[in-house]
Amino acid sequence: MTNSSIGRRPGQPIYLDYQATTPCDPRVVDKMLPYFTEKFGNPHSRNHAYGWEAEEAVEVAREQIAAIIGGDAKEIIFTSGATESNNLAIKGVAQFYKGKRDHIVTVVTEHKCVLDTCRHLEQEGFKVTYLPVQTNGLIDLAELDAAITDKTAIVSVMGVNNEIGVIQPLAEIGALCRKKGAFFHTDCAQAVGKIPLDVNAMNIDLMSISGHKIYGPKGVGALFVRRRPRVRLVPMINGGGQERGMRSGTLATPLCVGLGEACAIAQAEMGAETERLRGLRDRLLGGLRQRLPEIYVNGDLDNRVAGNINISFAFVEGEGLMMGVKDLAVSSGSACTSASLEPSYVLRALGLDAEMAHTSLRFGLGRFTTQDDIEYAIDHTVKAVEHLRSLSPLWDMHLEGVDIKSIQWAEH
Amino acid sequence: MAYSDKVVDHYEHPRNVGSMDKDSTDVGTGLVGAPACGDVMKLQIKVSAEGIIEDAKFKTFGCGSAIASSSLVTEWVKGKTLDEAAAIKNTDIANELALPPVKIHCSVLAEDAIKAAIADYKKKSAPAGDESEKAAG
Repeated sequence: MTNSSIGRRPGQPIYLDYQATTPCDPRVVDKMLPYFTEKFGNPHSRNHAYGWEAEEAVEVAREQIAAIIGGDAKEIIFTSGATESNNLAIKGVAQFYKGKRDHIVTVVTEHKCVLDTCRHLEQEGFKVTYLPVQTNGLIDLAELDAAITDKTAIVSVMGVNNEIGVIQPLAEIGALCRKKGAFFHTDCAQAVGKIPLDVNAMNIDLMSISGHKIYGPKGVGALFVRRRPRVRLVPMINGGGQERGMRSGTLATPLCVGLGEACAIAQAEMGAETERLRGLRDRLLGGLRQRLPEIYVNGDLDNRVAGNINISFAFVEGEGLMMGVKDLAVSSGSACTSASLEPSYVLRALGLDAEMAHTSLRFGLGRFTTQDDIEYAIDHTVKAVEHLRSLSPLWDMHLEGVDIKSIQWAEH
Repeated sequence: MAYSDKVVDHYEHPRNVGSMDKDSTDVGTGLVGAPACGDVMKLQIKVSAEGIIEDAKFKTFGCGSAIASSSLVTEWVKGKTLDEAAAIKNTDIANELALPPVKIHCSVLAEDAIKAAIADYKKKSAPAGDESEKAAG
């Protein structure tokens, strides 16, 4: 497989869903392969060369992961992915400090695995504050300040939102948490390799990292757990005491190596790649705006990663639009396929009307996206939106000057 | 989710897209659904003096299954009497388009659209004696 075929195989749509997952970079796969076969040792075997070479590889990976976030290798715990990291960070800290501190602060637009973990802890008796976001998707620091009490064990705020790509003010949040004595956890699955991160400058105590969002393998992630001041947590998986006792189980050497190499590549290429992606993203948005009226960007455009744009195309329904852009692999904020018919909770949290949330598409651009992909995406999307607007009674009403909100709709 | 070939065909080549004069007495208009729910269907029927549906037009905001359901019913109601059209069941639509369970509501909405269009036509073409009711409605 060559790079030019990644994300655009014949007969397959062009891949523009890099926030859902990324392909493994072939350079990452090359580094991983020997650890499946000839270098198969258990990295915890201390008494022979097979174990030593596996251990050495794992430790190199740990250094590479620590380097991209400005931490120390000893502070990196390998996990199965960001979902596990988020569970371990929040449950682990909450349970360790239970009795002294029983309050958690998080945000309504967090990933489901953070929100569901918090809901689970509520059932165990913890109190959780779910902060709202402003219309641009960012939290209000004054509201965060007011929410943290002397009973707050942990504050969990994601670095970059998976749907709308907005970047929360991590340094300011970290400073606030440190001042008030609460631990700061951040889910950086979508942030690592996309924006500069420094756990010390930003006062981050725990950080979740995902392999498959950064061109590494699926099934591996990491949790940064600060040593000074020390963060203590109750492990969720008990066993042989690997990973400083916080996560037992034999490490998957090839996956660890892959995550490490993915971090090293991302760190080396981030500056130039961000500029390239921003150029493509701006071209995509500009091209769509030039040809289509009534389109709206969801979330802050400035405080946003370069590879994400989330757009509402007024008066066309998102799932219908996805069907129209069948040559593009994108995702929609419309959850019409789910039985609930509820549109994205993230878009609703921005204050978007349900009808606007239903009309959104998320375009995720990444390492293998080309200028040609973007030109095709613009043309294909414009044609689909025009087709659907020609079918849309709401578009007709808009053209006639009818305010859709003034109509008494029968909600079903 | 994979769509059936018939849904894709109606989505890509919708039949009878358009609008008729909603104020005309021989036209009945049904507007059902809600933008907040992700589906709005507008179905219009033109009824002859003999009570036969001569023409039908639709416009739909919604997913592919909603568009296909409304496109399909415009084909089905043409040439039918009002009673025959009113007898079209959502299950007929769902079966014809092989809609999966999560899309059954699209066919329900299409059935509602037919009934709403017929009701609107009947209201408008009601005998002159019912003028007061018409004004109130």
